[in-house]
Amino acid sequence: MIIIGERINGMFTDIGNAIKDRNPAAVQEWAKKQEVAGARYLDINTGPASKNQAEDMKWLVEVAQEASDLPLALDSTNYDAIEAGLALCKRPAMINSVPAEMPKMERVFEMAAKYNAAVIGLAMNEQGIPKDAESRVALAMELVAMADAYGLHMEDLYIDPLVLPCNVGQDHGPEVFETLRQIKLLADPAPRTVVGLSNISQGTKNRELINRVFAVMAMACGLDAAIADACDDELVEAVATARIVLNMDIYCDSYVDVFRKQG
Amino acid sequence: MAFNLHKEKYRSKVSEVVLGATKEEGGTRSHTLTVGGESTLPFLQFEGDIPNRPIAALEIWDVAPEDWNPCFDPYYKDVYDNTGAWARKCVDEFGADLVLLRLKGADPDGKDRSPEECANTVKEVLEAVSVPLIVIGCGKGEKDNQVMPLVAEVASGEKLLMGVAEQENYKSITAACMVHKHNLIAQSPIDINICKQLNILINEMNLDLNKIVIDPTIAALGYGLEYGYSIMERARLGALGGDRMLAMPMIGNVGYEVWRVKEANASEEEFPGWGQQEERAILWETTTAVALLQAGMDILVLRHPKALEVVKKNIDELMESNKYE
Repeated sequence: MIIIGERINGMFTDIGNAIKDRNPAAVQEWAKKQEVAGARYLDINTGPASKNQAEDMKWLVEVAQEASDLPLALDSTNYDAIEAGLALCKRPAMINSVPAEMPKMERVFEMAAKYNAAVIGLAMNEQGIPKDAESRVALAMELVAMADAYGLHMEDLYIDPLVLPCNVGQDHGPEVFETLRQIKLLADPAPRTVVGLSNISQGTKNRELINRVFAVMAMACGLDAAIADACDDELVEAVATARIVLNMDIYCDSYVDVFRKQG
Repeated sequence: MAFNLHKEKYRSKVSEVVLGATKEEGGTRSHTLTVGGESTLPFLQFEGDIPNRPIAALEIWDVAPEDWNPCFDPYYKDVYDNTGAWARKCVDEFGADLVLLRLKGADPDGKDRSPEECANTVKEVLEAVSVPLIVIGCGKGEKDNQVMPLVAEVASGEKLLMGVAEQENYKSITAACMVHKHNLIAQSPIDINICKQLNILINEMNLDLNKIVIDPTIAALGYGLEYGYSIMERARLGALGGDRMLAMPMIGNVGYEVWRVKEANASEEEFPGWGQQEERAILWETTTAVALLQAGMDILVLRHPKALEVVKKNIDELMESNKYE
């Protein structure tokens, strides 16, 4: 499972202040820290307080790239801000994210083709998050068809079945797992899958435990990536171990270290 | 309707290891040999690149081997006592791409030659031939730890391929390779997990990954060839899938393994149905070698000149492009 490090987000006070003061220290510290801990992408989100999202995104992209060679996942609902960031990315980036809605899909997939970027597609539309796996998969199929129309490789389409907190949307859990399994049957090669991991534990008292249990269960259903806390050591260890158990990596005694270094 | 060839897409490729160094590069070799670099499974040129052909070495010893089959006498007997001349014969007369010098004489239970004597033999062979050289110890760890650092020192800059590092004994030889810029054979006992772990341990001592060659330990045809074969396949698939700790070229001691089995050595009188001994043995060595080529072996170490000849011909054929345009 590819970990997309979630920490560079204006929602966190230190990053929010860094953006406001144009002081790169906190951003660069988290970029390096997440890379060493095992992240393979860095999520970049200006946060809700940003007054000029495009300018803030550009600044974050530039300072993050100074500190780390990891590719970036540009996280915003403001597509102008994403495009401003994409133009500065040195490595093929990821667009986070687009729902299965027109004309948003047109705008995003066109951008993805232009900048050779991957796309996170959400299995939701104007009507919100579906209740069952079947409706999620139908929306996933729309995303697959759209990506295909724009010539995007399936390896560059990450479908997010959308995870709800387990204390409020408990019935969604099994639907998400079933969706993950079925997405893998939609095309050959199959599209990839991603979740926002910490959603599962929102508002609970055992956040890290719930996150890592969900992560390994989802991996067994075909989860390829997660936007997650790369600095949660136990999560990274659990993911590395799940890769061994699922025969995705060849075992050796230092398998956790190897996972941290090479993903 | 056009025929669409299904092609597997791999994430990564095998690292390239350069053996030997020319004068400009700080050594004395006439040329270098590069192994590895494959971006697909063996010889599927239609799918990826096989940039470097597998190479074949002949094995020589620093002392006359007492237990080699007499069928070797017509080829080597005159040079058994002269390691330099033996090396020259392997290269000039028999066409070996390179030679592997086994410092068997260092064995404390045999001739127990000193590290200095061993180092002198290495120098002698380096002077006798201009091809890159593989040097391995006698196989007794404690003694090899005295011998190999000195070998590394006297051949400093020659980019030898030195061996062997094992999980229980890798530090001394790894350090020697680091200091004197040689390549290292990492040997694991037909065990993919130890193979990977050993590469990690060596890399943690800061020897670059492109200085390591994997010896997965192979067996002769009929004696478990398929175990080594499947380990090699698994390592290679791991390498192509992005596992850097398994993405090294591989070496196999084919001659050593084949020439200790009954099928290579038993006389025709003993087993009339088995046919002539030497011909049978050459076939045994050749068959073992060409099977291993199909599993991704990059360096084959052979003993019989005739086996070398057939194996090299097979490599020529396998290296002909099968790209489907």
